[in-house]
Amino acid sequence: MTDLDLVRATQAGLPLVPEPYAALAAQLGVAEDEVMNRFRIMLADGRVRRIGAVPNHYALGYRANGMSVWDLADEAVGELGPRVGALAFVSHCYRRPRRPAWPYNLFAMVHGRDRAEVEAQVAQIAALLGGAARAHDVLYSRRILKKTGLRVV
Amino acid sequence: MDDLDRRIVTALQRGIAVVPRPFAAAARDLGIDEATLILKLKNLLAQGALTRFGPLFNADRLGGAFTLCAMSVPAHDFERVCGIVNAFREVAHNYEREHRLNMWFVLATADPAQIAEVRGRIESATGYPVIDLPKIDEYFVGLELAA
Repeated sequence: MTDLDLVRATQAGLPLVPEPYAALAAQLGVAEDEVMNRFRIMLADGRVRRIGAVPNHYALGYRANGMSVWDLADEAVGELGPRVGALAFVSHCYRRPRRPAWPYNLFAMVHGRDRAEVEAQVAQIAALLGGAARAHDVLYSRRILKKTGLRVV
Repeated sequence: MDDLDRRIVTALQRGIAVVPRPFAAAARDLGIDEATLILKLKNLLAQGALTRFGPLFNADRLGGAFTLCAMSVPAHDFERVCGIVNAFREVAHNYEREHRLNMWFVLATADPAQIAEVRGRIESATGYPVIDLPKIDEYFVGLELAA
């Protein structure tokens, strides 16, 4: 069994049975311990972030999901990005490249029960960034068009 | 979702242990039994409250590649383009957003070189440009949402 075999076997999900690692092991023709050890290694080195539930934001009542995008000076983003990412309500925070007609280089996803809650969160980010943010926008999601999880193989 | 469902979603976002009976261990912490927890998880998946239950892979570290793509699609053509884009197995998530750039999706491929190739195929198939916004740095991933 390679790591890739384990990824392929579980990217759609873990078997929901009392002994999921044993079930995977049987499917892959290896011992349960081998499956568990592989997962322990992949968790330790960061290839697996965790083994758990991936909630649907909408179903949990987070109806307002905003992708806030910020135009920060390139030399400031490395210092400010982690501080935005550390805010409790920010679920993902990335630096991405600018593009023509797209000046934003910092992305921070925020989630609220309504837009007022998201707007208050965006105001907190703006306060943290102060004058370093030259412009920002919030792109609210209207619909999930597809969500299959990452299929890497 | 009832109260127990909410407690389950909140607790299991943090992940289960790598032990022979991980659901039994998680159930104990929630004050329920293993069979109840497994049944509840199946129902949450069936209802769509959970999109998935399993390992969350970091595609970068697995050697795969992924990027965020954006398109500006006219409203009258949106459903057609959505159908084409979603049919690509490399498209992992796709969201409609309120902006001139109204379609945002994640492309995931096994090999970094395939990103540009798939992006090109999506442009040809839909007739619209695809902006590619690969991650340069990751500052934080993984909020626990209070359910």
